[in-house]
Amino acid sequence: MGNREEIAERLAASGYIADGELATAVSLMQLLKRPLLLEGEAGVGKTEVAKALATVHATELIRLQCYEGLDQSAALYEWNYQRQLLSIQAHRGGDADAVEDQIFSEKYLLERPLLAAIRRTKPPVLLIDEIDRADDEFEAFLLELLSDFQVSIPELGTITATTIPHVVLTSNGTRELSDALRRRCLYHYVDYPDTDREARIIMARIDGASASLSLQIARMVESIRKEELRKVPGVAETLDWAAALVGLDIRDLHDAPETVHETLMCLLKTHEDKARMSREVTERLLGKVA
Amino acid sequence: MSCCGTGPDFHEADEVSRLVSGKLAAFLRTLRDNGFAVGLAEGQDATTLMTAGYVAKPNLLRSAFKHLFSARKSDWEKFDGLFDAFWLGKRVRSRSTTIGSAKAANNPSLKSLPNHRSEPRGGGDTAMDQIPSGDGADNDRSGEGRMEGASRTDNLAEIDFRKMADPEQIEDAHTAAARLAQTMRTRLTRRDLARRRGYRLDLRRTIHSNISHGGVPITLVKRQRKEKPLRLVMLLDASGSMSMYTGVFLRFIHGVLDEFREAEAFLFHTRLAHISDAMKEKDAARALDRLSIMAQGAGGGTKIGESLQTFNRWHAARVIHSRTVVMIVSDGYETGDAALLGREMAALGRRCRRIVWLNPMMAWEGYAPVAAGIKAALPHVDLYAPANTLKSLTALEPYLAKL
Repeated sequence: MGNREEIAERLAASGYIADGELATAVSLMQLLKRPLLLEGEAGVGKTEVAKALATVHATELIRLQCYEGLDQSAALYEWNYQRQLLSIQAHRGGDADAVEDQIFSEKYLLERPLLAAIRRTKPPVLLIDEIDRADDEFEAFLLELLSDFQVSIPELGTITATTIPHVVLTSNGTRELSDALRRRCLYHYVDYPDTDREARIIMARIDGASASLSLQIARMVESIRKEELRKVPGVAETLDWAAALVGLDIRDLHDAPETVHETLMCLLKTHEDKARMSREVTERLLGKVA
Repeated sequence: MSCCGTGPDFHEADEVSRLVSGKLAAFLRTLRDNGFAVGLAEGQDATTLMTAGYVAKPNLLRSAFKHLFSARKSDWEKFDGLFDAFWLGKRVRSRSTTIGSAKAANNPSLKSLPNHRSEPRGGGDTAMDQIPSGDGADNDRSGEGRMEGASRTDNLAEIDFRKMADPEQIEDAHTAAARLAQTMRTRLTRRDLARRRGYRLDLRRTIHSNISHGGVPITLVKRQRKEKPLRLVMLLDASGSMSMYTGVFLRFIHGVLDEFREAEAFLFHTRLAHISDAMKEKDAARALDRLSIMAQGAGGGTKIGESLQTFNRWHAARVIHSRTVVMIVSDGYETGDAALLGREMAALGRRCRRIVWLNPMMAWEGYAPVAAGIKAALPHVDLYAPANTLKSLTALEPYLAKL
């Protein structure tokens, strides 16, 4: 319980401006030893959560980026075939058993993220990014690993976790995840930050962004998100835009509506959206930003 | 929770924990009624949380339970209301999605569309005058149907769905539709297998498997390209003009969802509803039962354009990938804005691989696609086909298999 306030404090100290409920999620992860599943639109800062978590626990971040066709040899472990071959060639004529023992020893084992995560001495943060991009089969395999925390390697035997990592999974929702995986995890929906929080994020991340400018940018972005766009700008885009504006030495959005309109390319990523945000629309939205 | 003040009285403490766990169990039941997937493990963890001191602060407990019990965005959004209603006694619309609420009886529900061997109904009939149902003939039909036997099943394939009056005939049609959905799936899978031929050498695996030969590549391992199964997304029009066909197509959808590894289904009339979850029920009749709550407004007008807009905005990114066929079953009578329909169809076409539009009215004599809605939509449709008989549905199969 005291734990929770402490985590909130440390999250803030790590530079991650969290919404109120995230601290609860993180303390629950520890208490219940469950992975945390983060869902939300692209660009709301899901991956950042894992990075902040690593800072909070002062531990290593191990990241597994999922993609279509990701398999065990890329995610868990693989034998170093080249070295094995060399070793066989070098010991040609020697005792077969001894050679076999040697080439299937730890020395020839290549650790991939999942194996690495359970063999550290200090529990790392394991970030399984965009799990929805991996195949169903991989998801099932992951589920097994996440419940038992042990891996069996036929040539070596079973490797049990020395530490249980803090597991964070993220999903963009390009595929429906299985109910089993969802149930196994704690769930947190990451939404676009509200104006106030986004302004604080800008201030924390962009050097030279004043409080008033940050708030203006956040308000502007918030109203842009309400327009009917095909790609809604995320926090990363906001930061890009803020950096651009600060770089162009703009103190107040109202001073340079022209530049504001021209730099909107940082936020709008499709031709259609750009056409929609015409000069007039930009001015109308700017007018609403106090 | 007075136990803490009075000192350790084991009996009393026991009593309190029993009460709490009873209440917790009731809460879990409420959650399950509202569609949460909550199992035993979650219940245990919840108990852990309560003993860990979260009980003292409702806000904290709500937040903790929210993370624990939610599994998807929809859960996440309705959790706070449910929690407050249950634990804090606020009268929020709690069991908003409970099936079989009293209101359902007055609705022209999907369950009451001619879908299966329907029981003789009581009072609900008045609300359904717009459904010229064939099952009025229920009662006097009990014996005679059987006589014709096999010959009837034969030509069943060619009878227009709307002319099927006999409930047994309708039942047969449903079974056939479900079976058809199964065959489509089997064909597609088999074709996938036939294509699995390695065409690229997998060096890593080759070396690995030849280590026992001292590294001389004797057996070659080839790389096989994995065929992703076709995904079928079905959008079914449940408006008044389609009412005669809705039942059969719901059965068809049920079969498709059951058999295809990747399929999603939506229902629209004036609004769009995602029905895949409700249709997951193995028993088709019960699945239709679960749908009744979503059917409010079924049998009224159609806003295809608006429904598609909702689909494109909120669902398309998730349910559509590059091997997705979108199947729209509708007569194309748009009561909304036809221009919007055209725009949304174009947007949909950019996302998916093929759009198939099935129109049950197409085979009617003298039918021509002149309604504004269908005219706007047609340029974006890859296959426009009739679907009023089982035979016409079967005719689609080779087309789908080619994709």
